[in-house]
Amino acid sequence: MTLTLSALVASITLFVIAIFLGFELITKVPPTLHTPLMSGANAISGISIVGALMLANVQFQGTETSTAGWYAFVALILATINVVGGFAVTNRMLEMIAGKRKGGGEK
Amino acid sequence: MSPAIFDIGYLVSASLFIFGLKRLGHPRTAPQGNQLGAAGMLVAVITTVLLIALGGEGLHGIPWLMTGGVVIGSGIGLLIATRVQMTQMPEMVALLNGLGGAASALVALAEVTGRVQENHMPTSAVELSTVWIAIGLSALVGWSTLTGSLVAMAKLAGGISIFGRWIDTPSWGPPWLNQAKAGLTGAVLFLILLTMIFPTNMFLVWMIVILSCVLGVILVLPIGGADMPVVVSLLNSMSGLAAAFTGFILNNSVLIVAGSLVGASGLILTIIMCKAMNRDLYDVLFKSFGGGGGKQKLTRTKVGSDPDEVAMILEGAQNVIVVPGYGMAVSQCQHAVREFAEILREKYGTEVSYAIHPVAGRMPGHMNVLLAEASVPYEQQIEMDEINSQFATCDAVLVIGANDTTNPVARSGEGPLAGMPILDVEAAPAIIIVKRSLSVGYAGVDNDLFYLDKTMMLFGDGKDQMSALNQALKEA
Repeated sequence: MTLTLSALVASITLFVIAIFLGFELITKVPPTLHTPLMSGANAISGISIVGALMLANVQFQGTETSTAGWYAFVALILATINVVGGFAVTNRMLEMIAGKRKGGGEK
Repeated sequence: MSPAIFDIGYLVSASLFIFGLKRLGHPRTAPQGNQLGAAGMLVAVITTVLLIALGGEGLHGIPWLMTGGVVIGSGIGLLIATRVQMTQMPEMVALLNGLGGAASALVALAEVTGRVQENHMPTSAVELSTVWIAIGLSALVGWSTLTGSLVAMAKLAGGISIFGRWIDTPSWGPPWLNQAKAGLTGAVLFLILLTMIFPTNMFLVWMIVILSCVLGVILVLPIGGADMPVVVSLLNSMSGLAAAFTGFILNNSVLIVAGSLVGASGLILTIIMCKAMNRDLYDVLFKSFGGGGGKQKLTRTKVGSDPDEVAMILEGAQNVIVVPGYGMAVSQCQHAVREFAEILREKYGTEVSYAIHPVAGRMPGHMNVLLAEASVPYEQQIEMDEINSQFATCDAVLVIGANDTTNPVARSGEGPLAGMPILDVEAAPAIIIVKRSLSVGYAGVDNDLFYLDKTMMLFGDGKDQMSALNQALKEA
């Protein structure tokens, strides 16, 4: 599967549009939510789990193990810690902030 | 099966990330936002596994190893996420962030190593330059995010323990360091160009890895501890970017979209946080904290008070403001603080509110989380701009483990705290400060507030002093 120029341009388009979208997505955030937002976004950046999965499969061909395969395996573990730990810890923080805020009074 | 079907899975996943991030920014919808993000991740993982199994490549190799990786990672992730103390939350975010950066960088390393080992070089010039530039950039951003996050983590903790010996994290920033950062970045970019000419040369790749690691360390090392939240947020943005670059390596849409979303929104959040602290991002990154970062020597003394005296001052108070800081987090006395407020309310009908400085603690929102844990209603936690005018009209202020955020010297325009907005505690008619000693805060500056005649110091551990004070109040 060779990468064509048009596929590359499509990828770059995606990259640029997603960056603009990211800039617009976050506008005003109350300080209370700075840490949870950072932590939640951080969990999403663990998306490299997808890359690690793909490479762990490609690099462990047959029964032979390769150096590259082990890099991918370590990447998979680290990315999973990032994803699972990130969402879990964000959830815990948000439960503490929002869960006990009874009876509204919300701005 | 056509690969286009899997792209739809990635599209769903990317949409979930977008909605998730959007909702994380509003108090009411934040928990749902987090769940949407997690759902997006699940969709992305399932789609990838299906793509591998059905979409041409086939699940060859060792599926149990992949399963094993996910199980081990989930186990460790869940364990630390549930065990971590709320006080250590900032360090936790920094650590997770570093791991994310490392994962992206390792994916890049695995790709280049695998291609070189199997002599599987791209056939077209477009593919070669795209893949090799992306591998280089992913390594640069990923490895420096890892080492930078680890330094930030050590700085947030104040030091690290190596073989049982506690070593304080140094703040070291000679004037030439900015040139060194620029030089290193330039060197890495040049190495990336070289890898395109010599794509099979692994020495160049390892040079990129090493230089990027050094870059991450010297990027964070000179930055003062009070600015660490901003740095962690910036590193978060960088780890997103690293993931986006791995998307270019693997030609995978969801990696590109999710990575650049986090990269951009992380940068915006960094700027928002800088504004809340009245700091400029450029100053944070490139102007190191006052020279050697030496702490001021104390020359003055102050006689401590005892809880009974303080209880007398509080008699009949109608309006009391509590100013919590990192000390409250360390001594875990938020429950005692809430009890203090309850006793006052029952005895004198006192109205107690909590003044939250945007950077109190080690991370924005740190105090809100702790107070929420102690069931303090959200409406009583008031942000700085709103409460500052009320200090002059209240009866007393209780400062619990806060220092720099109340230091009037910030207004003088000199020293490390210059220009930082502070809580106007000075204006209050009576000030009670619970603190271990007169020692300086994170910024290393003495606090005039301690020496005022209207200030009463309760020296000691926050929890001990608060329970003693609560006892004295009950008996008064």
